[in-house]
Amino acid sequence: MDIAQEFPIRQVIDADGQLVGDRSSVSDDQVKDFYRWLVTLRTLDQRAWNLQRQGRIGTYPPFSGQEAAQVGAVAALQKDDWICGSYRDWAALSYAGVPLSYPLLNSMGHAVAGRIPDEINALPVQVVIAAQTLHAVGLAWSSKLQNQGRVALTFFGDGATSQGDFHESLNLASVVKAPVVFVCQNNQWAISVPISRQMNSQTIAQRAVAYNIEGIRVDGNDILAVYQTLKDVVGRVREGQGPVLIEAVTYRLGAHTTADDPTRYRPSEEEQRLRYGEPVARLRRYLLSSGLLTEDENKQVEEEAKARVEEAVQAAETFPKGAPEDVFNHVYADLTPQLQAQRAEFQRRMQQGGTARG
Amino acid sequence: MANLTIIQAINQALAQAMEQDPRVMVLGEDVGKNGGVFRATDGLVDRFGEHRVVDTPLAESAIVGSSVGLAIGGMRPVAEIQFFGFIYETMDQIGTQASRIRFRSQGRYHVPLVIRAPYGGGVRTPEIHSDSIEAFFAHSPGIKVVTPSTPYDAKGLLLASIQDPDPVLFIEPMRLYRAFREEVPEEWYEVPLGKARIARGGNQVTLIAWGPMVPVAEKAAEQAAQGGVSVEVIDLRTLSPLDVETITDSVEKTGRAVVVHEAVRTGGLGAEVAATIQERAFLSLEAPVMRVTGYDTPFPVPSVEDLWLPDTGRVLAAIQAAMNY
Repeated sequence: MDIAQEFPIRQVIDADGQLVGDRSSVSDDQVKDFYRWLVTLRTLDQRAWNLQRQGRIGTYPPFSGQEAAQVGAVAALQKDDWICGSYRDWAALSYAGVPLSYPLLNSMGHAVAGRIPDEINALPVQVVIAAQTLHAVGLAWSSKLQNQGRVALTFFGDGATSQGDFHESLNLASVVKAPVVFVCQNNQWAISVPISRQMNSQTIAQRAVAYNIEGIRVDGNDILAVYQTLKDVVGRVREGQGPVLIEAVTYRLGAHTTADDPTRYRPSEEEQRLRYGEPVARLRRYLLSSGLLTEDENKQVEEEAKARVEEAVQAAETFPKGAPEDVFNHVYADLTPQLQAQRAEFQRRMQQGGTARG
Repeated sequence: MANLTIIQAINQALAQAMEQDPRVMVLGEDVGKNGGVFRATDGLVDRFGEHRVVDTPLAESAIVGSSVGLAIGGMRPVAEIQFFGFIYETMDQIGTQASRIRFRSQGRYHVPLVIRAPYGGGVRTPEIHSDSIEAFFAHSPGIKVVTPSTPYDAKGLLLASIQDPDPVLFIEPMRLYRAFREEVPEEWYEVPLGKARIARGGNQVTLIAWGPMVPVAEKAAEQAAQGGVSVEVIDLRTLSPLDVETITDSVEKTGRAVVVHEAVRTGGLGAEVAATIQERAFLSLEAPVMRVTGYDTPFPVPSVEDLWLPDTGRVLAAIQAAMNY
């Protein structure tokens, strides 16, 4: 099998911003809306990085470079569909409707960031690599058993494809024909380990062959390619085709988290080279060169993004702290006698002005 | 009422739960046509179909991980792990996922999932099949741990576990599956989680046991009675959360306690029970809390297991030591 031929990277707009594919199913307004989102999310991500450096938030995992893969995929879903992501997927959740303050609240240590608002069908972010892929299979399977017509979409990274849970997910989903879409954001790096050390396969998409499901490679920096591909795939999965594995080829523009220093392990030459085709700059080139956006309008988009992000920062920094004893509340539906006693003791300490001392 | 074994009582409970609630489904390895390697799910696939009684691929993490999604999505999965020792394969999905979804989501989502698994020694199994590792899960917030020792409790506790809104690890004493029969009501009933059972009344020593060690404790109590020592036997039934009140009340009365479990000694649940007793009933104690347990080795090969497992002799010796202290 000629892998490169079997799994070509689908592209609609190339790194230079030239239209190289068909975008007839996406209106100009939709493209511009995507652009506003990408700029807003990039602004948020960079602001979060700075807030961490200023000591205003804790550890933060930046998603810069992956906005198109996340937004393009979520845009292809319906309201009732499920989203199961991990810690770097705040762009997806934000586009789905989670307030922009939540990723900041998450890094500030507010438990509320795990409470996805009721109208959004997403699981909270979680950190165990690939674990959420099985939850998506179960959610999709439950939709099938209950004839709900809901699709589950799960995001994960290239590192996750080495995990057993990823392979168990693909296999089980294929066996029970669960309506699940697996979206791998292949950002080339799992902290310091490059994709070439992660696997000896040419592509992630080709792994679909082993499970007898469809596998597709798409340019993850090209939101129109991601969106159009996913729109088609989600529709077919909803119709009962069974699971599909998408490999969105992208690049982690920054560090793994604010606690990471990529200069230790990857050449800056690579970063500079791959930064060129990143999703925001690419879409901007396209919009400006095609006349869909003027420089003035672009300025306005950037100003609006800054304002939205500023609002989110304000919202996060003025967010009321939860009561510390709330830590006991959601372990079980009801407090066990042990937890009742421990909460009472905890509350007594709080009432006596108890504070944590090192 | 019918005279049922534990395995029959479990089968009946599963069938009734599936009859009553279309969301209840059973999934695991060989649970379909084969009816489970111990026949716990015998006949269910014929009654409820292969969409609700599902032979899964041979992958424990997939069984539990997909069950988490099924449960959040509105189903009531009852997952079978073929032997408790194989649960190592899915420790992650239990410890970091099933038991934490409610907490992580601040109550938005919860996981009404029952994980059933046969456990314990005495049946000459190959390696890993006889492990008792309940303490790992009793040490994990967010999941309950339940184990019956009688057919009546097996049905009532399993129905209560399926009704519970949170994940329940339901471990079944393999050696008792067909050891004896008991009258089990045909109608639906639940034995509440978190409540221990006084298996035998007494006032000089409290024996605390669960699952496969309950009959051993009862037999030791019987023999002690012949020697003039009155022993109370508590069957914990729920290992997490522990029924501290029942344990405390008993030890305040008897002044002596012996904990019996198959699991290895160090870090076992017996240590938690002993610590709880000294916290709650210190001034009532006439003797240190004794432990009769497996040894700190992997579960042994069949030719050694009878000597390795707690038996009535070892329990009686501990009762005597507590009396003579």
